[in-house]
Amino acid sequence: MNTYENTKNRLDLAAVREAMAGRTGREYWQSLEELAETPSFRGFMDREFPREASVMPDGVDRRAFMKVMGASLALAGLTACSRQPNEQIIPYVKPPVELVPGVPMYFATAMTSRGRAIGLLAENQMGRPSKLEGNPNHPASLGSTDIFSQASILSLYDPDRSTVARKLGSISTWDTFAKWIDILVNGEKLADGTKISQGLKDTSGAGIRILTETVTSPTLRSQLEQLQAGIPGLRWHQYEPGGSDSAVRAARLAFGQPVGIQYLFDKADVVLSLDSDFLAPTPENVRHTRDFTAKRRVTPEQHAVSRLYCAEGTPTLTGAMADHAVHVPPSQIEGIARAIARKLGVDAPGPEVDESRRKWVDAVAADLLQHAGTGIVLAGDSQPSLVHILAHRINEKLGNAGQTIVYTDAVEADPQAADQTESLKTLVRDMQDGKVELLIILGGNPVYYAPVDLDFAAALDKVAHRVHLGLYYDETAECCHWHLPEAHYLETWSDALTFDGTATVIQPLIAPLYNGKSAHELLAALAGQGNTGHTLVREYWKKRHGDLGFDAFWKTALAKGVVEGTALPPKDLKVRADLALSAPTPATEGALEVAFCFDSTIGDGRWANNGWLQELPKPLTKLTWDNAVIVGLPLAERLDLSIFDIVEVTVGGRKVQGQVWIQPGQPENLVTLSLGYGRTMACKVAAGAGYNAYSVRTSDKPWFAQGAELKRIGSGPEMARTEVHHLVRGQRLEAQTEHGRPLVRVGSVQEYVADPQLFAREDHLPPHEFSMFTSPTNEHQQQWGMTIDLNACTGCGVCMVACQAENNIPVVGKDQVRRGREMHWIRVDRYYQGDPAGDPRAVHQPVACVHCEKAPCEVVCPVGATVHSNEGLNDMIYNRCVGTRYCSNNCPYKVRRFNFLQYSDQKTPVKQMVYNPDVTVRSRGVMEKCTYCVQRINLARIAAKKEDRKVRDGEIITACQAACPAAAIAFGDITDASSQVAKNRTDLRNYTLLDDLNTRPRTTYMAKLRNPNPELEAIPTNGSSSKKPREH
Amino acid sequence: MAQVFPSSMNTMARVSIVGGAILLNVLLGGAMAFYRSPFVTNVNVAKEQEVPFSHKHHVAGLGIDCRYCHTSVDTSPFAGIPPTETCMTCHSQVWTEAPILEPVRNSWDTGTPLVWNRVTDLPDFVYFNHSIHVNKGIGCTTCHGQVDQMPLMSKANTFHMAWCLQCHKSPEKFIRPKDQVYSVEWKPGSNQLDEGKKLVEEYGVRVEQLTNCSVCHR
Repeated sequence: MNTYENTKNRLDLAAVREAMAGRTGREYWQSLEELAETPSFRGFMDREFPREASVMPDGVDRRAFMKVMGASLALAGLTACSRQPNEQIIPYVKPPVELVPGVPMYFATAMTSRGRAIGLLAENQMGRPSKLEGNPNHPASLGSTDIFSQASILSLYDPDRSTVARKLGSISTWDTFAKWIDILVNGEKLADGTKISQGLKDTSGAGIRILTETVTSPTLRSQLEQLQAGIPGLRWHQYEPGGSDSAVRAARLAFGQPVGIQYLFDKADVVLSLDSDFLAPTPENVRHTRDFTAKRRVTPEQHAVSRLYCAEGTPTLTGAMADHAVHVPPSQIEGIARAIARKLGVDAPGPEVDESRRKWVDAVAADLLQHAGTGIVLAGDSQPSLVHILAHRINEKLGNAGQTIVYTDAVEADPQAADQTESLKTLVRDMQDGKVELLIILGGNPVYYAPVDLDFAAALDKVAHRVHLGLYYDETAECCHWHLPEAHYLETWSDALTFDGTATVIQPLIAPLYNGKSAHELLAALAGQGNTGHTLVREYWKKRHGDLGFDAFWKTALAKGVVEGTALPPKDLKVRADLALSAPTPATEGALEVAFCFDSTIGDGRWANNGWLQELPKPLTKLTWDNAVIVGLPLAERLDLSIFDIVEVTVGGRKVQGQVWIQPGQPENLVTLSLGYGRTMACKVAAGAGYNAYSVRTSDKPWFAQGAELKRIGSGPEMARTEVHHLVRGQRLEAQTEHGRPLVRVGSVQEYVADPQLFAREDHLPPHEFSMFTSPTNEHQQQWGMTIDLNACTGCGVCMVACQAENNIPVVGKDQVRRGREMHWIRVDRYYQGDPAGDPRAVHQPVACVHCEKAPCEVVCPVGATVHSNEGLNDMIYNRCVGTRYCSNNCPYKVRRFNFLQYSDQKTPVKQMVYNPDVTVRSRGVMEKCTYCVQRINLARIAAKKEDRKVRDGEIITACQAACPAAAIAFGDITDASSQVAKNRTDLRNYTLLDDLNTRPRTTYMAKLRNPNPELEAIPTNGSSSKKPREH
Repeated sequence: MAQVFPSSMNTMARVSIVGGAILLNVLLGGAMAFYRSPFVTNVNVAKEQEVPFSHKHHVAGLGIDCRYCHTSVDTSPFAGIPPTETCMTCHSQVWTEAPILEPVRNSWDTGTPLVWNRVTDLPDFVYFNHSIHVNKGIGCTTCHGQVDQMPLMSKANTFHMAWCLQCHKSPEKFIRPKDQVYSVEWKPGSNQLDEGKKLVEEYGVRVEQLTNCSVCHR
């Protein structure tokens, strides 16, 4: 990027301060760039489609441009003259049972995350999986998904996946490998059984090590146990960077055994999160979000909602949902936890907390005490075991344990190995000592993500035989003798447990595309057997269930996606009374602290090659395709940093360079590095993105470390962030103060109860009855509408991914995102309120086409490519669109997306397989936008018409609605008074975006309600008094 | 200065104005005629197939119902092309040695599917659903013509949007009783309009909805 961009993007922090000075009201802003009014922001604001003039590569002048355009016009006209190409139909020889050609089938399966299952229903279109939905029967899903499970279908069809077995980098085969490993382990035998060479097994197999990621699979566990029985020297290690080591250690100390903990958020009145981002993509986040938001629903009759307190480092989605969040460096959470524990009568010596936090601590403790038995205190994986023990103590003291918190046995297959860092350390020590002769790495990429101080790659070099099974030919694969392509979970038979122990049999949706093998099959080969995954998994369950009635049991388990009766029973556990807490860790005042977090969209790096997740804006920073060095406003001021500056972070003598992002709410002395980027052996999508934070992450301080240094190196290129894109008039600060109609409406439960008209009154204009626009809607037809409950929305972004998967939305790449051309039909706007240097609040608002009844886009289209249906849909007809983009210019909500280039891949065969056959794949030059999933509407309407009835409420579930774990989205017929959407529209929280334009959108929003503690926040007695007087 | 053009040029100019207009119309008309000609639309042009399957023989001669082969026509958007198994239900017993059925037997023996050239092929941006049409009284022959008279399959209509819209605007002209949907003998009677209107009402066809763009395009 040139220097012009750099000066353009230089953030004037003094201007930010100035813009915020004196503002105390309910004013919302989206970015620091907006507050500082950078020229770059102005550019985005002033032009509807930013930087359209820079479409052509540099060096193309106006005349050349005209020539090219003239020629393309002529050629484009000629293409219409071609005859339709011949197409072929290839029927089955013998059709599969139950398959109706053209009608998708659904199969239950599951994806694992940190070993734990989230149940899914996979849509299968004539033999290829094309979309994933949550499995309503599965306790971790309840019908919804998270961004990873939603996007995992794209990884199945990733053309960069490893496609062949490799021996020393050269192409080989699975059979060669199976033979090789059989001989190596079991020794060579002649056909008559005479042994002619010794295998590793014959020397007790002391040199064999298996390294897996977290495993819950009962089949894999039983296979490993059998192997260990036959080869006593064989050792099994588990490591993945997201292990909950401190929680496991804490459980051992507190309860004397590893435990599984279930949090019943739907029963909790008060929740205190100690740096636990339980709403973000952890394995149970879908269930947590569902339960948590269920307890936050406000109806006219029911307004006893839960209250969430959150003490955290770098702002997270959980913090954004909190009623009271404080942001402190993670090392100080312990002090806060101790202080709260002391207030509640738990013996936890330590210094008093900061004056500024004392009031918060007192209020939290009082609230927890008041709701003893219905509270939850939970500690995050990044906190040391001490904080976890404190949480256990508090929960026990308040009687929460057993009420809102359920303890069970640990879910992991080998809980003893669950202190994964120790497990990996042992392995590395053995490797360095030359004790390991054969190392089999089943999935994962330890060379990339192992703690840097262990120097895994160097230790690996001392192992005589190294085998890697993985989806990609990655950093680890390159260091191994053998690399075997792993089968994607949608190609394999396996099984896994979820958080409550419920087992799911994972069944494949398609045969392995590249002859990939599963961990089960590799272990079978190690044992000298050639069993398929299907046999292995089935045999395991047959043994466990018994022969009697097994077929019925097996079919039910596969059909339902859960094995009934496998949930773990609750355990009554008590914290050991004699457990003494270690002395408080002395806090270093003023020292710079570095914290590590998983990237919010690509996780620990395993999703780095997934374009949907790379392009999904990170929920708070709204960055795409990059990770940033996240600093707060005070630190940026102190060190004179601007966004995009390149800085060098030194942690424990190790250095890493990255680009700065200034995050409102970030504590002053905290620098956050996000893991998962900076791949060296990355495939096409991940290549060159971000920096590798693992290069400074050590085994003793995996989550935060004090004594970091930060040095500015210089200016950097512009990062692709979407918070300044698609800005709506009225979104901006001055527009809000002028008209007083923020696009997000937020109040408190107390205000709303006192004054239910609170939000309705914000529509200060009476509705216009007169309009020159005609309304083609028809009272005989069902009228579709949608409501989005901002009170439930956590801003996770799964709706965006689900929409992308359902509607064949292309990925455009970093450069195009920089130009503001991301194609997502839904964007999740994130608004801040309050001081960016303090603890600002964040509100999320998903915005897609709102399907105006009086749509401004329709009247300006010269070719009638966007017109109204009489069911109230604003139809977009791609084959008519000539790409004038007038509609987009005239759209006040900025929800139309234009294919500036040929974004959708219509050439790579494997990438065609992910497309939804019911939705057109758009070409260059075509406008597109949310259709309310019209393909699903048509399907339901046809089904209803065949039965001569209307479409029932709940029969049409849009892709975003299905995926939403918070159940924030309702869709249906607004003329049917009994439908959920009609009820929502008459709710007093219901409001319309930009209602003064009289566009009459079919999508309306429901205001967000916070539940502040009166001790911490003065609540206006009269809801309207806090509002500015309205102009009329 | 002498006149550059002789006075006859006045006539020439007039002729060329009129002639130009005529020429333009002829060219335009020619292009439109070409676009609608069987060369482009393939109407009534029989397609070559691996197996010269005769609908005339199977439908008119043997009286096999459409749904015997096109099994999913009333349940799916796609009518379904019979798997080799369907062919072999009869042809494992009759015409077992016929050379023209060699590809069928070969497919059955080797498990390699037969490959058919598509006769009726809508553009990819059109989403047609067979099931709703046959369930609402639109017969097979209305679109596919008298397949019982086709030794080799060909398109009976252009399948242009204007052609679709004839029915989507006035279904009463084409709708037939549900029990006649699969009949190849049914022909609209002289009172089709009256009968059709009744059927449209009876089957709950909402005519105003049929011209919503998103009914076919999405």
